[in-house]
Amino acid sequence: MGGYILKRLLAAIPVILGITVIVFLIMSLIPGDPATAILGSYATPENVEKLNRDLGLDKPLVSQYFIWLGNMVQGDFGRSFSLNRPVLDEVLERFGATLILAGTSLVLCSIFGILAGVISASRQYGLADKAITFVVLIGISIPSFFLGMMMILLFAVKLRWLPVSGMYAIYGGGDLPDLLRHLAMPAIALAVVATGVIARLSRSAMLEVLRQDFIRTARAKGVKENRVVWRHALKAAMVSIIPVIGVQAGFVLSGAVYIETVFQWPGVGRMLVTAILTRDILLVQGGVVIVAACYVLFNLAVDVAQSLLDPRVKI
Amino acid sequence: MNAGAFLKLFARNRLAAAGGLILVFVVLIALAAPILPLQDPYAQDTADKFLRPFSDGHFLGTDHLGRDILSRLIWGTRLSLVVGLVASFGAAFFGSIIGIVAGYFGGRTDNWLMRGIDMLMAFPYILLALAIVAALGPGLTNALIAVAVVNIPFFARNIRGVTVTLAHKEFVDAARLSGMTDIRIMLSEILPNVLPVIVIAMSTTVGWMILETAGLSFLGLGSQPPVADLGSMLGEGRNALITDPHASIIPGIMIFVIVMSVNLMGDGIRDALDPRLRSGALTRPMARTLVDRDAVPEPPANPALLDLQDLRTEFRVGNRTLKALSGVSLEVRPGECLGLIGESGSGKSVTALSVMGLVASPPGVIAGGAVRYAGQELLGAPFSELRELRGNRISYIFQDPLATLHPLYTVGDQIVEAIQAHRSTPNAQARARALELLNAVRIPNAERRLGDYPHELSGGMRQRVGIAMALANEPDLIIADEPTTALDVTVQAQILALLDDLRRDRGVAILFITHDFGVVAQLCDRVAVMYAGRIVETGPTDAILDAPAHPYTRRLIACVPRLGEGRRALHAIPGLPPAVDDLPAGCAFAPRCDKATDACRTGEITLAKSAANRAVRCLYPEGDVA
Repeated sequence: MGGYILKRLLAAIPVILGITVIVFLIMSLIPGDPATAILGSYATPENVEKLNRDLGLDKPLVSQYFIWLGNMVQGDFGRSFSLNRPVLDEVLERFGATLILAGTSLVLCSIFGILAGVISASRQYGLADKAITFVVLIGISIPSFFLGMMMILLFAVKLRWLPVSGMYAIYGGGDLPDLLRHLAMPAIALAVVATGVIARLSRSAMLEVLRQDFIRTARAKGVKENRVVWRHALKAAMVSIIPVIGVQAGFVLSGAVYIETVFQWPGVGRMLVTAILTRDILLVQGGVVIVAACYVLFNLAVDVAQSLLDPRVKI
Repeated sequence: MNAGAFLKLFARNRLAAAGGLILVFVVLIALAAPILPLQDPYAQDTADKFLRPFSDGHFLGTDHLGRDILSRLIWGTRLSLVVGLVASFGAAFFGSIIGIVAGYFGGRTDNWLMRGIDMLMAFPYILLALAIVAALGPGLTNALIAVAVVNIPFFARNIRGVTVTLAHKEFVDAARLSGMTDIRIMLSEILPNVLPVIVIAMSTTVGWMILETAGLSFLGLGSQPPVADLGSMLGEGRNALITDPHASIIPGIMIFVIVMSVNLMGDGIRDALDPRLRSGALTRPMARTLVDRDAVPEPPANPALLDLQDLRTEFRVGNRTLKALSGVSLEVRPGECLGLIGESGSGKSVTALSVMGLVASPPGVIAGGAVRYAGQELLGAPFSELRELRGNRISYIFQDPLATLHPLYTVGDQIVEAIQAHRSTPNAQARARALELLNAVRIPNAERRLGDYPHELSGGMRQRVGIAMALANEPDLIIADEPTTALDVTVQAQILALLDDLRRDRGVAILFITHDFGVVAQLCDRVAVMYAGRIVETGPTDAILDAPAHPYTRRLIACVPRLGEGRRALHAIPGLPPAVDDLPAGCAFAPRCDKATDACRTGEITLAKSAANRAVRCLYPEGDVA
């Protein structure tokens, strides 16, 4: 097992390098003088010249890349000019808030998606199945940012159950209940689409598995039907559900950008949007590389979980 | 499938049709925007800002600058649709080029291109889009480019997959031999064949791309004021969400309606194109077979261990009814081994599965007859009673142990479960019992094997596990459905010997399903021969082997080669069994029988007692049956 994880970790290195190459190439698309773009139009000529030297922008593209890469490996992602602090510090701080939001959503959508899918499949064409299918259809069609706004109108403005926006707990002041109250709406709004997708795929995975011969064997043994569905069938279906959850993690992380904007959640997504609008290029660059690298590692964890579940996967 | 059939299937799906209609309506209105009597979407009137819907002159009200929302909505929809479509075409165009080139050339080209695609897919998609927008600067065109680029990998992967299968087809080889250039082959041979895949991929992603560009505009990274697509309308409305929600709700609902109708249509297209869904094959079998019968036969005067009375099992597929069993009656007495023999499709497996209600349903339905275990009728019994008997008093051994054992549980756990399903046995005790059972079915190293998964065992070992599981609760009857068919001959002999020993040691009755008379001769006391869903002959094994009465039985026995009788001609039976949805009147075997007369093709031929313990369903039984 340890050897397998090590092997997968080594295999992740070229992927992460590939990510840095792609980000580097995209950033080299910036029209005009990069240093001006990075520093903004109010930069003094001295600053521009200094940055050009610091970033090695007077050198050929390939050496520029390696200088950049070398700096990143040493933990130097540059300074954000708009916040005037190291990119790494800012990204890590914001990423924590995003992880709380996206992680909660991922847990919610996994639990409710799988529940809905299994109930739907085991009562195929029944009332529960039809109702779930209908709700899921609406769920996957509603833009998360619109849903978030409607939830604010209903739960914060009309019913006054939950706070409109923000997240104060991790910046001191609030405690856990306070965090949860702030988290409830954004986490649910973010989870809805992914819940729908996971429900759909769980349903079809379950239908596929319930037709298998080993399900008939379990029934022939006299195993209770609940156990047939929730143990035998679901365990086999998880083999195809887990990769879907892995893919949905990417979508949840992406959706977080919208949800953070709607609920003014101090996460990395809102940071990126602000950075783009203020042309804080180094912050965008660093944020994208760090989050994408973490996503690669997360997918690695999903693969490991998969191999733990399925003894047929050679490790 | 032709276009007409496709449209018919599509229209039958009412939701998909509804989605299509809504979408067509939205598209028509968007197209007609220039000729509709709309107000200027950019005309500001700050005196009249945030008018509510249904105000005079502004049907949907006005926004924060007093602009007419209806007009802005329709123009915004138009813009969103155009941007989504263009992004979709862009992604399809570049993705297809990459996919076709990679799939066609294969080898190193394929490897490098797909590596690159994998890298792109390693990003959560929005990070890539944000990076592109960051580099190019905010703006609708740049947002469009970003969304298109992010979706290129999806197309590249799908198209490559299809192209790889095409690249080595005969017609491509022929084109190559005729001296066509690679580019011409890709354009004239490959492209037309992958076009449907491209279209389907587009139909499933276009709604998504509309949503994504709207999202970027919502964040302020897409369309810039005063031009507005639906996303930026929603984004602008958000600033006054609490005071004037209508400015956000209206564009939000529009995005929702568009995305939902596209999703509905996409589902419809996929369902219509997916042949597995069409035949209804993706239904899951219920916990027990449906029973739909008019009357229950009278109980037999002298109940055996298992009595099947006039059992009729059908498969109802669409408006066709396949009669798998047209009245099967048989009995198994305690400790007896009855062989049920027939060709594939004769209904022997359906008979076996009908006993415990294990015929997949839908489409299976038991349409008549009765199943009695020690006199107790099972088809009408509550499910809990049936479940209590399953694996407890009557257990099964199935054909292919790799498919019939759960792949993700150890064999030990599966045997323990069989025990605990009927007895509340502590884990340690159940485990000890499982070990005992594995030893009883002669599995070497049983202790270690308990922790193995089915795929780690050989075929013969797996079937021994299947037998151990069937024995777990000391059943009265084991139904063995071709348990040796999937095994090679030496293993087959070992398994048969094992079953024979178990039967003698434990006095368990066996209903043995097979197509092989050789196996019947080895194991069974009595035999019942099935043809086209009926029993055509029954009797003691020796008697039937010596002097088969039904012409079909005779032919079936002649199919078995015997050692030392090399000169005897082996006769395959000419023709095929009849289709069970179109059974001929009279004897079902008549079309393949060389003795058949007109009398054989009319009326019902009964299973008549021919001698002591023997019965045959034939007007002209073979030889002198004594």
